[in-house]
Formats: sequence, structure tokens, C-alpha cells
Amino acid sequence: MTDEKNHLSNKLGIWGWLGGGRYGLERYAYTLHRLTGLGLLLYFILHIFVTGSRLGGPESWSASMAVYETGLFKIGEFLVFVAFIYHGLNGIRLGLTELGFLMGKPERPLFPYRSSVMRQRPVLIVIMVLAVILILAGGLDFFVLTSH
Amino acid sequence: MSESHANAPQKVIFEVLRYIPGVDAKPRMQSYEVPAPKGLTVLDGLLWIKENLDPTLSWRSSCRMGVCGSCAMFINGLPRLACANQVAHLHSDKIIIKPLPNYAIIRDLVPDLEPFFAKHAAIKPFLIRKNIEELDNPTGEFFQSKEELVNYIQFAYCIKCGACLSACPTVATDDAYLGPQALAQAWRYIADARDEGAAEREEEIFSAHGAFRCHFAGACSEVCPKGVDPAFAIQLMKQFMFKKKLGGCKEQHGSELAPPVENWVPKKEYPKAPEHSL
Ligand code: SF4
Ligand code: FES
Repeated sequence: MTDEKNHLSNKLGIWGWLGGGRYGLERYAYTLHRLTGLGLLLYFILHIFVTGSRLGGPESWSASMAVYETGLFKIGEFLVFVAFIYHGLNGIRLGLTELGFLMGKPERPLFPYRSSVMRQRPVLIVIMVLAVILILAGGLDFFVLTSH
Repeated sequence: MSESHANAPQKVIFEVLRYIPGVDAKPRMQSYEVPAPKGLTVLDGLLWIKENLDPTLSWRSSCRMGVCGSCAMFINGLPRLACANQVAHLHSDKIIIKPLPNYAIIRDLVPDLEPFFAKHAAIKPFLIRKNIEELDNPTGEFFQSKEELVNYIQFAYCIKCGACLSACPTVATDDAYLGPQALAQAWRYIADARDEGAAEREEEIFSAHGAFRCHFAGACSEVCPKGVDPAFAIQLMKQFMFKKKLGGCKEQHGSELAPPVENWVPKKEYPKAPEHSL
């Protein structure tokens, strides 16, 4: 596709979120953060519809609840939990970095350069480990402890 | 004979994206075999191809020493300067070179950087002072301490190569986003003790395509060849803006004129400058 100057478009588009190069962890954390954010938004919209079935009286509520007890919805619910844990924990890191914390102070650039991204990376790793532990514990609760 | 054979440089394959408007309907990859003696940079390889194999191959370069910022390309999966990366350091016998993503292609490896420079200009990349008279008819220098210099010097190292916008995932889906380079330059000036232009730049920085579109993917800082760390500059600017909105920042007052240097005696250890020869 060429533009009015007859130049060929080379825009990455949505592919630019998913990959497009050999980048570090933070860029993939960014993508996952946006995707889980969109997923949670979708869930909230569905959630309003589901709880809205209360308006149809107790029968309609129990009928819709019976549908959501099925296996597929249980997996869906677990995915919402995973998204919530990741988005929440990573959100704390982003909140701190966007307020200028965790990244040190400006300094004279001396080669080899060390960026602020590397300075906050340990926090990202701790948060990822924490997310994995919580997700595993949640999975245990979802599928093992509460299944009859 | 056998000795010269043993010393013959290894060969590497340069796989280069080609696109000649009016000739190629779409981009294609072309391979060239290039001898790779010790120390060969990617730019040297391209020059060798142009001289020996294919004079039609096009790209931009000038200084060959990582200073002018014209040779940024997408080399083996990352935006990098062709002149500042040796083939040996890429640890591959295949060098895949494409033009910087997120910029339109003019021809082969030549990206259209016009929108990039327009964004740079939009944040007013110069010292802004309330007293224009002093800028137009200067009577001295504005004072700046060594500590104040460190607040922004790293961000002033930008050579406008454009690599950071190629790496940025927000730029990939938002054409109008100012991008790491322009935003880092906005902070370079706001953080300068001599500047009084934060309020004037605010409209651009706070726009829907300004600093708060950055979600700290960090890829810009990772690929910047000059250690500018644009992601850091953007977060520091957000911090400043938050504080300002909450009333935690004083009105920006640019530094006063430095007093003229009087009774200056050159240090003994410095050699005397040679006499004028003209
Ligand atoms: S900030 Fe770095 S990567 Fe971006 S244009 Fe400047 S020198 Fe290039
Ligand atoms: S040719 Fe000047 S930076 Fe590479």
C-alpha cells in the first residue's frame, strides 16, 4: 500500500504488539497487560448482563446460574482470575514506574549504557513469580479443592 | 598460496529488503554473499555490495561512526545503527536487513522520516524563556550548575536516528502518537534549569497522543544506540506533570544570567594555544 507521496507503508499495526523483533521482557509484559485489560473489560460487560438476569426473578437467575456452572464457563472464570492477577500485579509496577519510581536517577551516559528498564527489571521478575504462585494456588482452589 | 587461503575472510550472506517504486509491486528479499574480514560493520558490508555487486541498492548513511543518526535499519530482529554494529557481533552467518518498521519506505532501506521530524518540531525543542529580549540580544550566559546539567544531559544525546519509534508498540498502532524521541526531547528541555517552557509544551504532551499513551514497554530504551533512555524521560515527565497538577511543583523559573568571569587566569598545566597562523 503506497501513500500520497508514493511511499510504501511499513506499519507494524497490531503485529507490533505481539512481536516484531527480539525485544526484552517489558515489551511482552506491555502486550499481555493490554490484552488482559481488554479481556477484563469484556468480562465486566458480560457480568452486567448476567447479573441483570436477576431482574427476571429467581427462576431466571437460577437458570442462568445453571448454565455458568458448566465446565467451559469454569475455565472462562479461571481465565478472568488469571487476567485479574496479572493485570493487577503488573499494574502496581506500572503505576510505580509511571510515577518515576524504581528507575534510579538520570546520569551521564557512559558506554556500555544501562537503561532505567534494566534497573526496574528485578521488580518485574518478582511480580511475575508472585503472579505464577497466586495463579497456581487459584487453580488448585478452582479445579481441585472445590470440584465435587 | 595456502597461507593466503587460510587468511581469506569468512563469507556471510546479506539478505536485504529491496523495493524500487515503479519497478517492484511489493518488497522482495535479495541475497548477497559478502566477505567478512575482522571488524566489518553492517554498513561496510552494504558499501561493499554497492561497490562490487549491485549499485542500485539504496540506504542512508553519512558519518560511519554512530554520530549522524542516518543509518538506523532493522538488522537481525532489532532496530540498530548499521555503522555501529559489527557483523561478527551479530553471531550469525546471515544478516537480515530491512528498513526501519513504522516508517513508510521510500526505496530499499530508506525510510520516510518526515513525520518523525514533524513530531520532534511539535514539542518545541529549544529553550523557551519569558524574556524574549535576552534571547534576541543576549548579554550573557544563563547559569547552570554541574548537577543541573546531569538532569538532562543523557536525554540531549539523541541523534534522531528514529530507532526508538520502530521498536515502540504504541507507535505501531497509533500514527499520531508523539513517540519516545519527541517526548524525551520535551523532557530534555523541561528538565533544563534554563528553560521556562513547560506550560507551552503541555498541550502537546497532555494530548490524547502524548505522554500518557506510553505504557512503559521499554523497547525504545533497549534499542537506543546513544543511551538516551527515552522511556525513562517519559516517566520522569509524567511524574513532573502529576506533581504539577497536584500543585506540588513551583512555577518554572529559568536560571538567571551567570555573572561574567572576571580575573580569569589560565591554569599552568594547560599548554598555551598556538599563535594564529593567518
Ligand atoms: S532517542 Fe535514541 S533511538 Fe530515539 S531517535 Fe534519539 S538516539 Fe535514536
Ligand atoms: S552513518 Fe552516521 S550514525 Fe551510522
